Amino acid sequence: MPNNYDDIIEKLDNNQLWDFPGGVFPAERKTLSNQTPIGKLPIPERLFVTVKQHIGVEGHLIVEVGQKVLKGQALTKSMNPFAVPIHAPTSGEVAAIQKHVSAHPSGLPEMTVEIISDQQDKWIQLNPLIDYQSQPKIKVLAAICDAGISGMGGAGFPTHIKSSPKKDVDFLIINGIECEPYITSDDRLMREHAWQIRQGIDVLCHLLKPKQVLIGIENNKPEAIEAMQVACRENPNYRICSVPTKYPAGGEKQLIQVLTNREVPAKGLPMDVGIIMHNVGTCFAISDAVFSGKPLISRVVTVTGEAVEKPSNLWALIGSPVAHLLAHSDYNPKLQKQPNVIMGGPMMGFNVINDKVPVIKTTNCILAPTDTEISSNNEQACIRCSACADACPVSLLPQQLFWHSKAKELDKAQDYNLFDCIECGACAYVCPSEIPLVHYYRIAKSEIRVEQEEKQKSDKARERFEKREARLIAEQHARDEKHRLAAEARKQAMESKGNNAKDKIAAALARAKAKKQAVNIEEETSVSKADLANDVIEAAAPNETTEASATQPTTKVASSNQRVQAAIARAKAKKAAAEAATSNVEVEVPSEVEVEVEVEVEKNNDKVSESIKTETQSKNQSVNAKEPAPHAAKPEPLKPESASSESVSEVTATKTATIAASKKARIAAAVAKAKAKREAQKAAETEQTSKEAPLAEVEDPKTDSSQEPVKTQEQQIDMKKRKIAAAVAKAKAKKAAEKADKSS
Amino acid sequence: MKFRLASSPHQHIRRDTGQVMRLVILAMIPGVLLQTWFFGWGTVIQIGLAVVTAVVTEAAILELRKRDFERALKDYSAVLTAMLLAVSIPPFAPWWVVVIGTFFAICIVKQLYGGLGFNVFNPAMAAYVMLLVSFPVQMTQWLPPVNLAQYSHNFMDALQAVFTGFSVEGFSLAQLKTGIDGVTMATPLDTVKTSLSQGFTYSETIERPIFDSVIPGLGVASSWISLGYLIGGLYLLKQKVINWHIPTSMLAALFICALIMSLVDSDLYPSSIFHLFNGSIIIGAFFIATDPVSASTTNKGRIIFGAAIGIWVYLIREWGGYPDAIAFAVLIMNMAVPLIDYYTRPRTYGHTSTKRKTKNKAQS
Ligand code: SF4
Ligand code: SF4
Repeated sequence: MPNNYDDIIEKLDNNQLWDFPGGVFPAERKTLSNQTPIGKLPIPERLFVTVKQHIGVEGHLIVEVGQKVLKGQALTKSMNPFAVPIHAPTSGEVAAIQKHVSAHPSGLPEMTVEIISDQQDKWIQLNPLIDYQSQPKIKVLAAICDAGISGMGGAGFPTHIKSSPKKDVDFLIINGIECEPYITSDDRLMREHAWQIRQGIDVLCHLLKPKQVLIGIENNKPEAIEAMQVACRENPNYRICSVPTKYPAGGEKQLIQVLTNREVPAKGLPMDVGIIMHNVGTCFAISDAVFSGKPLISRVVTVTGEAVEKPSNLWALIGSPVAHLLAHSDYNPKLQKQPNVIMGGPMMGFNVINDKVPVIKTTNCILAPTDTEISSNNEQACIRCSACADACPVSLLPQQLFWHSKAKELDKAQDYNLFDCIECGACAYVCPSEIPLVHYYRIAKSEIRVEQEEKQKSDKARERFEKREARLIAEQHARDEKHRLAAEARKQAMESKGNNAKDKIAAALARAKAKKQAVNIEEETSVSKADLANDVIEAAAPNETTEASATQPTTKVASSNQRVQAAIARAKAKKAAAEAATSNVEVEVPSEVEVEVEVEVEKNNDKVSESIKTETQSKNQSVNAKEPAPHAAKPEPLKPESASSESVSEVTATKTATIAASKKARIAAAVAKAKAKREAQKAAETEQTSKEAPLAEVEDPKTDSSQEPVKTQEQQIDMKKRKIAAAVAKAKAKKAAEKADKSS
Repeated sequence: MKFRLASSPHQHIRRDTGQVMRLVILAMIPGVLLQTWFFGWGTVIQIGLAVVTAVVTEAAILELRKRDFERALKDYSAVLTAMLLAVSIPPFAPWWVVVIGTFFAICIVKQLYGGLGFNVFNPAMAAYVMLLVSFPVQMTQWLPPVNLAQYSHNFMDALQAVFTGFSVEGFSLAQLKTGIDGVTMATPLDTVKTSLSQGFTYSETIERPIFDSVIPGLGVASSWISLGYLIGGLYLLKQKVINWHIPTSMLAALFICALIMSLVDSDLYPSSIFHLFNGSIIIGAFFIATDPVSASTTNKGRIIFGAAIGIWVYLIREWGGYPDAIAFAVLIMNMAVPLIDYYTRPRTYGHTSTKRKTKNKAQS
């Protein structure tokens, strides 16, 4: 604790006190009402006892309409520790239990027990607890609670709760400051009933066991100070502190600061710094409850202001309507432009909505000021003079709070600690521009509260929603997990079968692939075989060595007919073909048939995609064409001509083939290979046949030529149809062969 | 019967904005009287011109803005602004200088920012700087104090001089400026500044007649005028119209700066007393820097604000281009006010630091 107990006591011993920042010095006007003893207010005809007069929860009504009640009879009851009962202020009959205008700034109607007085004022049986010191604490607390005592100075916090702390209490502070102008009820109470207050303090000490009792009284009440000093004389632990008059020295936090220099933490309680504070009126009520068993049914109320002719303090029954008090004090509304009655002091009090508002346990003053006593509503622009900041006892910056409250920048207002404002009104009191600053703070505060409530609501809704979402997700997860497990189980059960099946498929696929590859290889090898066969045949033929050398590379290419190497192969084929062409030209110029063939070869080489095929073709053809040449050593003059005509037609064919899509080169190549093979076979056949039948020599080229147009057609058409065409060609070739056979 | 409903507090201190301003105006009177005594009727004429211009301008603008100008005029803030500007202007400056300046102060600096309470800059000082920059010649033609002047002048002379540039006898402003020694008079600050730059030492400089006062180093007129404003300022302090923070910290800062430098080299740097009582330091500290609207609003902030003005004044006086610096220093610090205010928030009761208690808030 920043200010330890001994230091504080030492300073107090030297009659020194601390100070709080800010504060103002409004005209006190206390002499209006504190000159006469507390009077007694006659019992009003009707009393309006508000069910809830304190902070906490209200009790259940235990009386009914029409029921006769005795003075001091409890009207409500509750087991809730925060409930404080209310009592019938006088004997009479419950006339109604209904909503009635309340003693609250809003004036909103609240549940109220209306009692018609029988004017007999007959007490109920009272149970004092005079030997409280020998009673268990709980019993004393219960007596205080049952007497309906709640804080009589400010907010009305249930006294029994404040009197049962969990921690050690350094200081019990009794607040007799009464810093508000005009109000003198505590002043008069202390002057006239100091002893009873002292007895109340004794009871509190019994309950709280404080190290020290500080009774703070403003130095503008010398009589009260003296009276209390006399009453507490023989107890050195009770210290009367004369506090310099400054508003709001009577504020709970301010008085703690002045007497102990301790600060109640923001959002904390005085108990957090080892302090409990009670009002002198509360002490009086405690003493009444413990020593005479009387519940809290009346209190001292200052009726003052220049609009009442007989300002004074009065013992008023709780529930007395304001009108009754005013009438008793000769209120003269003509002195006011508009009826204006304030409950509480001029700094923090509120206007009553009408004169039916009842006195409650916290009502300390009814003020009826003339128009000159109060400020008019004359708000002007803030001139940033910061007189307000100089006056604020909590060291807030009222001007900034005002800007932000007015601009509805609630966040920023809270940034400037709006909620630490005690609404003392010091800032508004000094503001030269007469800005009702506190009014703006109240609006901002209530707006923030509404916002927070809404946020809480939406938070709750969101929470609920999120919980639901989470639950759904969890359920979904659980379901998924279940499904997964089931699936796994199933899988395991089917493990062997499934695996076998898969394996089988895979194996089948693999096999198919292998087969395909094998087929390819076979095909290729077959091609190369065929080529080789051709080569062999060619090699057998004289003058053909050069051509063989030319065809061999292509054969090689064909045999190593990998797709990747297609381009290289093509290039090579070209070269080879070119070579072959040149060599052919050189070597075979004499033979016109050869020339034609070579031309054809050249042409075929030109169209890249067809290279392989055409080469093989040309090869075949050359085989076809050449074969007869050596064979028929006696060439007929007609034949070369027909051959040349053939080659011309072939050239056109190859040209058109070039136009045909070259992207299908690969398919074409494969097809061509296959064809080449077959043609090779065919050629072999024809060769054989020609060998066998020399008469078919002339026929042979014809069969070739008949074959050729078909081929060109097929090339012109899409390559897809090549197979069909090939088949057709094969069939034709076969036919031709058959023909040849037949003819031979 | 309808009851009156109002928000507490129901009582109000008997001092509104108008009263505050009237008190400030009242407090200026001793200084103004002394200024008139030393510099002739010119000061009064300037004040009259400025006040009329200010009131007319304010009324016209409020009328345009559709505000209740009667009420706003009653707050006397325009009158105060006009007076502060008028006493800063050379007494025989042409009439249009003060009229333009006042119009600028009220219309541009105050009303265009939203009126009283919204202006960022001190209107009088902003107008002064505007005039000084725009009309440097007219704004620096200070007369010699009457007891040192070669030609005396009366009210009619002053009136004529302000409106025509010549006195009734036909003396020009330049002639009126001539001192008894036949030399054109300058203000003490100017005198020191120029003679120091001419190679004279400070102690030599203050031998001149303009410094012929009880305390060596003080300009005769300016020290007396400063005293007048000091009395007014103390009265305002006593009346709790102003807080002690700004004047104290400002004067202290200037004093300390001057003290340190004069200890370093007393030939080159004038003494602290010279700095405090020459020029417009006193009126600046008590009447100008304390202008509530444009000054810092927290106590710590006020101390920083005042001290910074003091330092700026010293810096500008010693090394800046202008002999006096109150206006510049105040304007510079006006700009820093939001920042100062933000970082000097007082610790609220029950809070351990001035920082926002986010944790607390979260808990609540
Ligand atoms: S009402 Fe709030 S802001 Fe104004 S002085 Fe009191 S505590 Fe400070
Ligand atoms: S006292 Fe009034 S005018 Fe002055 S700063 Fe505070 S709110 Fe503004």
